[in-house]
Amino acid sequence: MEKKELTCINCPMGCQLTVTIDGKYITVTGNTCPRGEDYAKKEVTDPRRIVTSSVPVRGSETKRISVKTKTDIPKGKIFDVMEVIKKTTVNAPIEIGDVVCENVADTGVQLVATQRAK
Amino acid sequence: MYCRNVDIAIIGGGPAGLAAALAAREAGVQDVLILERDTKLGGILNQCIHNGFGLHTFKEELTGPEYAARFADRVIAEGIEYKLGTMVVDLSKDKTITAMNREDGMFTIKAKAVILAMGCRERPRGALGIPGFRPAGIFSAGTAQRFVNIEGIMPGKEVVILGSGDIGLIMARRMTLEGAKVKVVAELMPYSGGLKRNIVQCLNDYGIPLKLSHTVVDIKGKERVEGVTIAQVDAKNKPIPGTEEFYACDTLLLSCGLIPENELTTGAGIEMNPVTSGAVVDNSLETSIPGIYACGNVLHVHDLVDYVSEEAGNAGRNAAKFVLDAGREEAGSDPIIMKTGKGVRYTVPSKICREKVEKDVLVRFRVDNVYKDVKLGIFFDGELVRSVKKRTVAPGEMEELRIRKEELDKFPDVREITVGFAED
Repeated sequence: MEKKELTCINCPMGCQLTVTIDGKYITVTGNTCPRGEDYAKKEVTDPRRIVTSSVPVRGSETKRISVKTKTDIPKGKIFDVMEVIKKTTVNAPIEIGDVVCENVADTGVQLVATQRAK
Repeated sequence: MYCRNVDIAIIGGGPAGLAAALAAREAGVQDVLILERDTKLGGILNQCIHNGFGLHTFKEELTGPEYAARFADRVIAEGIEYKLGTMVVDLSKDKTITAMNREDGMFTIKAKAVILAMGCRERPRGALGIPGFRPAGIFSAGTAQRFVNIEGIMPGKEVVILGSGDIGLIMARRMTLEGAKVKVVAELMPYSGGLKRNIVQCLNDYGIPLKLSHTVVDIKGKERVEGVTIAQVDAKNKPIPGTEEFYACDTLLLSCGLIPENELTTGAGIEMNPVTSGAVVDNSLETSIPGIYACGNVLHVHDLVDYVSEEAGNAGRNAAKFVLDAGREEAGSDPIIMKTGKGVRYTVPSKICREKVEKDVLVRFRVDNVYKDVKLGIFFDGELVRSVKKRTVAPGEMEELRIRKEELDKFPDVREITVGFAED
């Protein structure tokens, strides 16, 4: 049996979680909402993060717009995702939520715009 | 110079100003004008491209620009008037605003009510007293954030960060993702000034060390930063000789606190709270000048924009009420004074006017140190009325308690309410 102390990163409450791993069975205490349990289970098996950055825009007064991975991606792939983002340029006009890149760095996750450029 | 009249003028089009405007409109005031210095609405959120905003307000995790757009789009859809690129230079006691922009030149606005929503500024190097030359390569964390996220320019390659405020932590991750090497985050205090989640996902995820009770004692380099010396400090925050460590770097980012931007407020002669550097307000968020309200980071620095929006909504509703009840009777009885008890640095509001109590009174405050297993108590004239247990409290995380209307009604003669730790 293994015990791990984690800080939940789902919201700014930052609950202190204790995860007990007993073979396949993972129990979580210290969370104040269901997100905490999900986070802790994922964090000890398949840690994931949302990646945010910004990319240059062509054809707009707005120089750059911000982007994010639509959902979280495996933590180990953060820098692969960043490599793709660094090579990405978008064309105006672009709306919030528009897909900038499908399946970014083979994560199966879309890269979407979080700002608009007219 | 032209002059116009408006019902409610809002100074600042960031999260506080936008939420205040929407609430004022919803409460029935048509004539609302937002004055914004920048070229777009949304304020600082436009450069806060990371996620984690809006969990309380929208029950989903948004980035700063997305959160800002939710409010800005509604303001535009509602047809609320706003002026961009507009700098307010003066606010007077009689609620006359002097402002300027390229289209209108200099102009004045006579408002029935004013909402202060100017936000805050970062504490600059000059206010920190770090010895050494003044080379290029020293930025506030927010300036670096603007460079990287909006301009697409990296301020440097090897970075040391002084101060563990949230923007500093966010920038430690951001600079790392963009290929810089963040060598260390030094924090003067024995605890971090930022949110716990940011320590985890911005520092721990990337193996960036956080050195508590450490500060920068020297900056090397004359034209450009070549390195900084960091030393441990004692309980009185004095550097301990022999603990100095040199870090070669070309960039020093400062994340050493935020200061509400209140030049207009003090210029109008509004009573200030020396602890928050914001105005003294009552439970309707009204300042010492009737009809002038304050909300958001200009009132006290918040950790969460969700709370800014909520507070600003209250300011907007109360300002609308002030306009719609024109000629209302002045408050009859003296207000209840809010005091800080053991462990508490300040409270917002600073006083409670009974006439304005509609439902529970939300009191927000910060503690003065990190404490574990404490009871936060509400005391009426020294008597404990109620307490709430907390596993941990820290200065970097704002706390709140609600004083219930029934409690206030039950004690009609209470003069002072104190928020502070309760003994067992």
